[in-house]
Amino acid sequence: MPELRELTYAEALREGLRQLMAEDERVFLIGEDIGVYGGAFGVTAGLLDQFGAERVIDTPISEAGIAGACIGAALTGMRPVGEIQFMDFVTLSMEQLVLQAAKVRFMFGGKASVPMVLRMPGGSGTGAAAQHSESLENWFVHVPGLKVVMPSTPYDAKGLIRAAVADNNPVIFVEHKLLYKTKGHVPEAPYSVPLSQTQIVREGTHLTVVATSIMVSRALQAAEQLADEGIQLEVIDPRTLKPLDDAPIIESVKKTGRALVVHEAVEMGGFGGEVVARIAASEAFDYLEAPIRRLAGLDIPIPYNRELEYHTVPQVESIVREARKLVKGEY
Amino acid sequence: MMQLSQDLIQRYHDVIESLGPEALKEMLQAMHLIRAFEERAEQLYMLGKVHGTMHLSIGQEATAIGAANAMQDGDYLLNHHRGHGHCMAWGSDPNRMMAEFMGRETGYCRGRGGSMHIADVDSNNLGANGIVAGGIPIAVGVGLSIKMRRTNQVCLVIFGDGAANEGAFHEALNMASIWALPIVFLCENNQYAMSMPVEKAFNIENISQRAAAYGLPGITVDGNDPLAVYSAVSEAAARARRGEGASLVEAKTYRYKGHSKSDKQAYRSREEVRDWQDNRDPILRFANLLVLAGVITEAEAATMRDQAIATIDEAVEFSENSPEPSVADILDGVYA
Ligand SMILES: Cc1ncc(C[n+]2csc(CCOP(=O)(O)OP(=O)(O)O)c2C)c(N)n1
Ligand SMILES: [Mg+2]
Repeated sequence: MPELRELTYAEALREGLRQLMAEDERVFLIGEDIGVYGGAFGVTAGLLDQFGAERVIDTPISEAGIAGACIGAALTGMRPVGEIQFMDFVTLSMEQLVLQAAKVRFMFGGKASVPMVLRMPGGSGTGAAAQHSESLENWFVHVPGLKVVMPSTPYDAKGLIRAAVADNNPVIFVEHKLLYKTKGHVPEAPYSVPLSQTQIVREGTHLTVVATSIMVSRALQAAEQLADEGIQLEVIDPRTLKPLDDAPIIESVKKTGRALVVHEAVEMGGFGGEVVARIAASEAFDYLEAPIRRLAGLDIPIPYNRELEYHTVPQVESIVREARKLVKGEY
Repeated sequence: MMQLSQDLIQRYHDVIESLGPEALKEMLQAMHLIRAFEERAEQLYMLGKVHGTMHLSIGQEATAIGAANAMQDGDYLLNHHRGHGHCMAWGSDPNRMMAEFMGRETGYCRGRGGSMHIADVDSNNLGANGIVAGGIPIAVGVGLSIKMRRTNQVCLVIFGDGAANEGAFHEALNMASIWALPIVFLCENNQYAMSMPVEKAFNIENISQRAAAYGLPGITVDGNDPLAVYSAVSEAAARARRGEGASLVEAKTYRYKGHSKSDKQAYRSREEVRDWQDNRDPILRFANLLVLAGVITEAEAATMRDQAIATIDEAVEFSENSPEPSVADILDGVYA
């Protein structure tokens, strides 16, 4: 068998963007330091050389402006892909995204659309401290009109960026800093991973673990460890948080009778609450053998100190511990 | 060796006289201390003793020192991510700064903030900011409070050239102007915002021109000359203290190091960096000026760097012997 081609998550995104730009002149990139610098995390490296400054646009430090520029261009026939250097800074774009991008189509009676993608890296683990480590995806999940995508592997990153750009709605595309250098199989030919298609990444019988972004790989590692103890986790990655394809989650819980939702964002008000509510309100309720639990970020800003930072968000050990408790009925 | 004319001394006669030899010497010593702190910070990072990122202001020491010395006890400081120098110039303790940088419980922010968020609230240093332009509107509130409390304080807020392109900058300058707030807006223009050169980010010659749009005085000075910065900020602070409102001072300087830890610097040439280092270095220039003006001897000038390094050695030792924060306290400190 020929060896499968591997790319990093950052390379997969870049390849996806490069193919989209080569195919469709309407696609362009706009953001801070995405040109010569290649983006703070290197995702757009080399694209300026290939496509020129008209399609790889370096902006001043103006996040409201970046979001607005994407909206205006999208409204008038282009397909912009904006980059917000760290997800934290999207707080400065919120008005444009929440009150403009998300609502334009509805307010105008369906006569306009905003086919834009805004990419941004979230998450902690790099020592960047409280203002560079946010996981704010659920803010967007709460807004009708936006779509929210969160790839957890290089394969999905490339396929989802293609689907996001093809979508006729504003898509918030949440990457993770710690994933950029992770490797995985990525086919060279263009392909799409459809939006709103939840994936079962590991099958198991004892506990359904719904995880997002970096937590998918941590949940898989936890599943490996627990398999040695005879505990089989079923790991599920929604990939698109909104609109959410919840059917595979509900089916899974009907099978396992137990559910744990794992994400990095703060637990209170996080995406996990939505997943728990959907399970509780579904026919899976009758199959539950244990309370549905969440494992998520502590209700604190991300600390600078490395130890504190590590203990602020779920890690493999804490997933193992929580999963074991649920399966063994020790809650 | 840099050429320094007698003209320069003549030009600075008044300010040299008014500051006096002790203060001038301390300013130079403090510039060395900033540089020694940051050179060590970089080294510690390279050795893997620090995790996270840092933004070094090596080459920009004159702006920090000139500005801080123009302020009085009780005044407020807000600054930005490239803020070690401002903080140290404000008189912060190198031990506690280094401990914060190294994430220790004895640091100014108990290891929670790190390099980008050092604050020393007890001395009215309201903190560095990880968000570009994040501190600028806060200065409006500080200015407003000074007015309401009828004190004679002034707020100095320092930010980069990049920050002047955030909406927050524009809102803040206008509010400060219409309410005549006691604020000195100091734009530390080091020629780049990460990879973005000012020539591409602005269609104007000087950022200080923007003051006019809000009805504020604006001035551009040589940010590598501590006395030029001192004079401009002193004047702006005096104006604020007289109740005449805010000013925008732009200090043109240059950052020698990359933007942060992981910057290949493809956006500028080595020659450009070397030119600033060789011909406009703020520490060399100021040392030469003080020697020429007879404030210090060449022998004194030669020992200052070693003295600064010794202070930083102690700060590192203090930090390495300091405890890490305890995970048991992880939930503390979010709410008052
Ligand atoms: C709102 C926001 N956008 C982007 C960033 C990322 N970032 C941090 S510093 C920086 C450049 C800032 O340039 P400037 O204001 O000139 O200050 P300098 O770094 O040159 O001292 C950028 C883009 C940020 N921290 N905050
Ligand atoms: Mg700058």
